Amino acid sequence: MKRHLISAADLTRDDALLILDTAEELSRIADRPIKKLPTLRGRTVVNLFFEDSTRTRISFEAAAKRLSADVINFSAKGSSVSKGESLKDTALTLEAMGADGVVIRHNASGAPHRLAGWVRGSVVNAGDGTHEHPTQALLDAYTMRRRLGDLDGRRVTIVGDILHSRVARSNVLLLNTLGADVTLVAPPTLFPVAVDTWPCEVAYDFDAVLPKSDVVMMLRVQQERMSDAFFPTVREYSRRYGLDARRLSALPEHAIVMHPGPMNRGVEIAAEVADSPRSTIVEQVANGVTVRMAVLYLLLGGSEPAIGGAARDGGDAARDGGDVSRGGAIRDRGDVSRGGDAIRNGGDASRREDA
Amino acid sequence: MFLIKGARILGGAPADILLRDGVVAEVGAGLTAPEATVVEADGLIALPGLVDLHTHLREPGREDAETVESGTRAAAAGGYTAVHAMANTEPVADTAGVVEQVWRLGREAGHCDVHPVGAVTRGLEGERLAELGAMADSAARVRVFSDDGHCVSDAVLMRRALEYVKAFDGVVAQHAQEPRLTEHAQMNEGEVSGRLGLAGWPAVAEEAIIARDCLLAAHVGSRLHVCHVSTAGSVEILRWAKSKGWQVTAEVTPHHLLLTDELAETYDPVYKVNPPLRTKADVEALREALADGTIDCVATDHAPHPAEAKETEWAPAAMGMIGLETALSVVHEAMVETGLLDWAGVADRMSARPARIGRLTGQGRPIEVGAPANLTLYDPAARTAVDPAAFVSKSRNTPFAGLELPGRVHATFLRGRPTVLEGKVI
Ligand SMILES: [Zn+2]
Repeated sequence: MKRHLISAADLTRDDALLILDTAEELSRIADRPIKKLPTLRGRTVVNLFFEDSTRTRISFEAAAKRLSADVINFSAKGSSVSKGESLKDTALTLEAMGADGVVIRHNASGAPHRLAGWVRGSVVNAGDGTHEHPTQALLDAYTMRRRLGDLDGRRVTIVGDILHSRVARSNVLLLNTLGADVTLVAPPTLFPVAVDTWPCEVAYDFDAVLPKSDVVMMLRVQQERMSDAFFPTVREYSRRYGLDARRLSALPEHAIVMHPGPMNRGVEIAAEVADSPRSTIVEQVANGVTVRMAVLYLLLGGSEPAIGGAARDGGDAARDGGDVSRGGAIRDRGDVSRGGDAIRNGGDASRREDA
Repeated sequence: MFLIKGARILGGAPADILLRDGVVAEVGAGLTAPEATVVEADGLIALPGLVDLHTHLREPGREDAETVESGTRAAAAGGYTAVHAMANTEPVADTAGVVEQVWRLGREAGHCDVHPVGAVTRGLEGERLAELGAMADSAARVRVFSDDGHCVSDAVLMRRALEYVKAFDGVVAQHAQEPRLTEHAQMNEGEVSGRLGLAGWPAVAEEAIIARDCLLAAHVGSRLHVCHVSTAGSVEILRWAKSKGWQVTAEVTPHHLLLTDELAETYDPVYKVNPPLRTKADVEALREALADGTIDCVATDHAPHPAEAKETEWAPAAMGMIGLETALSVVHEAMVETGLLDWAGVADRMSARPARIGRLTGQGRPIEVGAPANLTLYDPAARTAVDPAAFVSKSRNTPFAGLELPGRVHATFLRGRPTVLEGKVI
């Protein structure tokens, strides 16, 4: 695995499967009376949240604490960031504190990339602007796998504001890596202009896609998109792209309904659909902690087995593992495409996987 | 008095050039002048002093990024003998007072001629015309007017400006950017922006304004200059406008001739610029257009910023790149090494044509007897990695850091007086 998790494209198929398998292993401790493992004892994880997201922060915090890491929460509100300190200065502070891992949530796309250039610890992207949210995609894949088994050849339909969705970007990349067939559904205004270069299908007609879906993932649609003329009214959006009981009944029997939250009940998803047994929305939240434990363990903990080794050795042995897989690949990227190379490499679709 | 020995004028056969009393006094083989300082120019190419139509000197207002002194030193180091200082200073260069101040600072610094560009609209606000005539009549003798950084998007205001400057043979230099189509825009809209989740700056936002302005210029019979053309579509529109015989000229920046939007993958705002870096197809179209003359000239859009304006996330970072000290090497790499232009072509696109567009009489002239002694000696054989720490400019925001580029400016002469010798600013 790479040293940071910034994009779902950082993960090879083997990396992704390792995370999902590790999460399966870790989920067993959820059934134990004591949920804590000593694996990351003595390690420091900083939750750096520049954007309000209590649910994601709590999820990462719980994950780190269950692995016995020291957790420092650093949010833009009430911190020096709101006084105009730059991300770089914040990064230098984290360096001085000796953070082994930094979980960053930021409203600017690419902030985790920048941070990774300024700190030595592993950077985990907890959502950056309209770019990516790779641990969300991992927990979604984990949830799908638990409900449906192997994802190879599974048909996943993602519906909503693709243009502004970091969840959609990470899911398209990860699901493609895992062999699933993804179809994106939205009004044409809510796709990026070059979505045809993405490794997925694109559709405008939700109803036509429903019978061919094993999974339907609904994305939150923000009402302010209406004032920017992305669609005429919330009512029309809901009618054309919302998941209601009628559409639910058009899905195959086994199909599941997902939503990364927070939901707009009555807009992209009807309340009765959100609360139906086909919905995995509550499971997704629980799975989020497990999957984030697996990510932190694999990035910070090393090569020892998550539970077996930790239980035997008290976890400390695992500390010394890990470094072999550190490559700094992300930091080093980009320079190659300058000058003449920039031109030679242009338009090579395979470079997408480097995102 | 300087005697340049063995320089290849426009890359031709070696010749000696005698500079005396601010003009080229003699050109020929085996010249002697006992009182002259000899400059050995074996292997060096002599070009007319370069002229930049688009430089941000930042003074007054942002002296932390650049001053007239530091910016014109950088210009001289890059082989320039004249620059046009853009109007988006603080205060804006929208009155005779401000343009005269910048002009005077340029004269005092003495590294190259500074020709202030006047704002088209008061405060660059796009609402009312600035006193264009007063700036034209001032000591700065302004002939180029631009709201650069902002587009004169109001069609009526643009029409009036184009018409009004005819009275003093001025030209409106448009920063072509349809504002509504580029709200919050961060980079070229395309495959890369979609993948990176950065708001797109679509090519059509540039092309729509260029098309409109060409039609307006034709309608009122005025001169239009298009700043920093960046798309293949813009090139097609310009080619069409020129085929009609309309008075439309255009510039391209060095960075748009070499770099593509894939560099945004690093999220390093040193690659953030307005207009944004585009695609490989656009780069190729721009090179062809510069070669065939559809695009008249190279202009740097030298845009200095302090380090903290770039050491941030992409979205809040400032747009712009510095370019004066690397322009000639980049054009060498993109146009000469590729066989698209010879050195006479480089001289035309970087000196003669920009001087003509700016209506400068003492610049952009061929290196021949009687012409003002504005010239630069360039070593085409040098090849070095760009080192921002070695820049003369106050700022370091170059997208070329570490990139190996050909050539090096050896000397620059402004009316017979060296501003650069042995690669060092004097
Ligand atoms: Zn501009």
